[in-house]
Amino acid sequence: MGLGKYVPATSSEQQEMLKTLGLSSLDDLYVDVPQDLKVTELNIPAKQSELEVRRHLTELADKNTVFSSVFRGAGAYNHYIPSLVKQIAGKEEFMTAYTPYQAEISQGILQSIFEFQTMICELTGMDAANASVYDGASAAGEAVNMVVGRKKNKVLVASTLHPMTIETIKTYAYGSDVEIELIPEVNGRIDQAALTTLLTKEVAGVLVQQPNYYGLMEEATEIGEQVHQNKSQYILSVNPMAAALTKTAREYGADIAIGEGQPLGLPMSFGGPYLGFMATTEKNLRSLPGRIVGETEDVEGNRAYVLTLQAREQHIRREKAKSNICSNQALCALTASIYMTVMGPKGLQDAAYQSYAKAHYLAEQLTEIPGFDRVYPGEFFHEFVTTCPVPAKELTEQLAKHGILGGLELENGLLWCATEMNTKEQMDELIAVIKEVCQ
Amino acid sequence: MELIFERSKPGRYNQMIPDLDVPEVAIPEAFKRESELHLPEVSQPDISRHYTELAKQAHGVNDGFYPLGSCTMKYNPKINDEMAALPGFANLHPLQPLDTIQGALEVFTESEKLLGEITGMDHMTFQPAAGAHGEFTALLMFKAYHESRKDSKRHKIIVPDSAHGTNPASASMVGFEIVNVPSDEAGCVDLEALKAVVGEDTAGLMLTNPNTVGIFDKNITEITKIIHDAGGLNYYDGANLNPIMGVVRPGDMGFDIVHLNIHKTFSTPHGGGGPGCGPIGCKAFLKEFLPKFYPVATEKGVEFTTPSQTIGSVKGFYGHFLVLVRALTYILYLGKEGIPEAAHNAVLNANYMKHHLEDLYEVPYGGICMHEFVMSVEKIKKDTGVSALDVAKSILEHEMHPPTMYFPMIVPEALMVEPTETESKETLDEAIKVYRQIYEDAYKQPEKVHAAPANTPIRRVDEVGAARNPKIRYEFS
Repeated sequence: MGLGKYVPATSSEQQEMLKTLGLSSLDDLYVDVPQDLKVTELNIPAKQSELEVRRHLTELADKNTVFSSVFRGAGAYNHYIPSLVKQIAGKEEFMTAYTPYQAEISQGILQSIFEFQTMICELTGMDAANASVYDGASAAGEAVNMVVGRKKNKVLVASTLHPMTIETIKTYAYGSDVEIELIPEVNGRIDQAALTTLLTKEVAGVLVQQPNYYGLMEEATEIGEQVHQNKSQYILSVNPMAAALTKTAREYGADIAIGEGQPLGLPMSFGGPYLGFMATTEKNLRSLPGRIVGETEDVEGNRAYVLTLQAREQHIRREKAKSNICSNQALCALTASIYMTVMGPKGLQDAAYQSYAKAHYLAEQLTEIPGFDRVYPGEFFHEFVTTCPVPAKELTEQLAKHGILGGLELENGLLWCATEMNTKEQMDELIAVIKEVCQ
Repeated sequence: MELIFERSKPGRYNQMIPDLDVPEVAIPEAFKRESELHLPEVSQPDISRHYTELAKQAHGVNDGFYPLGSCTMKYNPKINDEMAALPGFANLHPLQPLDTIQGALEVFTESEKLLGEITGMDHMTFQPAAGAHGEFTALLMFKAYHESRKDSKRHKIIVPDSAHGTNPASASMVGFEIVNVPSDEAGCVDLEALKAVVGEDTAGLMLTNPNTVGIFDKNITEITKIIHDAGGLNYYDGANLNPIMGVVRPGDMGFDIVHLNIHKTFSTPHGGGGPGCGPIGCKAFLKEFLPKFYPVATEKGVEFTTPSQTIGSVKGFYGHFLVLVRALTYILYLGKEGIPEAAHNAVLNANYMKHHLEDLYEVPYGGICMHEFVMSVEKIKKDTGVSALDVAKSILEHEMHPPTMYFPMIVPEALMVEPTETESKETLDEAIKVYRQIYEDAYKQPEKVHAAPANTPIRRVDEVGAARNPKIRYEFS
């Protein structure tokens, strides 16, 4: 009898197949493996039934705390995910297919990617989007590689970007020898005077995040004008939720729009898998990395979709490739498309607006408590930083006891976030608990 | 098939969230969106139908045989998905306090132990998002390692001519110069050619074993020794780990770093192109170069640590966590008995198919293969005009996915077949019948093969036209 581990072959079938091959045992299949290298037995646990494995994994999951009230963002956002989104994204046809190399039997996957590309173009105001990359941070790394060339090998990066994105860009640049320089911040925003002096002729591109890590709105239009005067490319990293309501990356003057797509229907998932998106203007199309799906016709003139512009990819370029990306986040991209479809323009803008309005209500209530002041003045979207009159960690620990995940501890305070998921009741409870702790 | 945008009607709306329960706040004019946001306005019943229709025009492992060489399209167990959907995993914010995420961190440390044992490595990082991303991460570690030893001359990476395309591309991203080494008559690394290219400028070697023609390179320890003796490091491309797991370990073959394609070997869904998951394992001497957020079990519980000479981070947060939950579920279910059983049957299935096809389709690199084998349609093409592409397109008519085409590049008109262990003998026999019939058709009625597929939702597409006049988004009128 077999072990019952997804292998259909019975012992007698195995014997029959071995006989066909003129072999007497399974071990004979490994004649090329040097005998002294062979493993006699793996030092891992013995096989378990599905029920036992379920128990073990459930125990691990139960060791974690799922907060009912989340006021933390900083790159991972708690939004409502409609039932239909999970149901459709879980269809086995989508789950168990791979990259749609064979267009004739993959129109469903290809069309869903074409639809995703269109929606990302709509959010960003761009002409072209790819089928997705690993996440927002690696999208930034890819965008930097996209703009640099032999003559211009320097990219200016706002210090108001998410720290993990800055970290990722630096790691990518360590490999490619691209020069990265941080644009200093003043009052939580890009120091535009400093930017002016940093914009030299070696600068290939400038990368800015809108809204930035502290939730603040940058003067993105003015920054873009400066960047273009220097004949550099303007890369804007945007929050897709905010992008539904605020100026598009294109309207700010960006040449390349990138971002983290997790807010679009993906659970917080302890950090992954998420969804990196990249979009650009027509003139940059051929330097856009990753898979791209295009519309064409079959031999009978029917509308059809196919992987296109593949000459850019590593399959052809190999030694000269600037990007090695092969798999993408297709299932996450599909999830985001379904999410945007279920929400529709009105629903997405409503969720974005509620996040905005609730964050502002929260900021107002918080700053009425003595010792809680906005650290940085000015417009923000759905995140903001406040001071904290008691050690921040102490406060968040107390909040955790009430099932509340408070703002993220920064060096100078707490980074708060609100979304449509936070009810007024939840926020009022948060305020009450804080008052109790701080008095 | 209609696009979702063509099903849209202004005014259709699905209510998902309650009305706003706090005062309204105006968005300043300077930041307001100017252009209209075109997203579909479709009712839930029609959204459901739209995607069901798309699903019907997709082919997954669940729909039929999928022997796509190098991609290990094995069955994706459903228990894996259920475990990944547990709220205690799916609803965790990545920046929660340590004491609230101990179970999640144990997923990392437990997976490190199991995968470390399977690969013969001492430490693992789970940050890389996919195989190619793992290659990139490992090469950054190569670079950092040589630099830490002030060994600045090492700027060349040696790659066999049969390598996966991502190998040279990853090396290029890290600024290495790529040196190709030819394969010998058996499809393996030509030792003399290898000896001729190594030297003080060798940063390392990238190799997959079994290689891309499905052969286990029996000279493997000699190969890795040549590189080590020259001062270089050995990198194991784990795309082909499936046939050897539980049988032989890359760490014992002399490799210093290995990447795993969790979505291939460890049964997680390919998702139409991703998400993958590409952790890398390394030997102890490379530990300090690993990416940030390396989880370590201490007396107080599991903590994130920063290796002293870390290369940094290659993405946000800690990796494709929910994909790893699936892999852990799979490994525990198979256990020490099931892991080698999967490998053995993957190899048995590949050899069985090869045996029943090699009299018709030339297999240039013969002998016992591992998980996959490569056939050449070159002679058939010469005789009949029927190419590897034509054969692949004919296979589509039988509700099967064709093998990988035109790879590896060292085999002309290549078809690379990887059946995997989760296919039954009946399925293999059926596929053999189909492949043999297509061979016959090629000689008797080649025009039929050229015209295939005839019964798919669409026929062959105009790829040249698609690339010449790219239309890559829907235009709203």
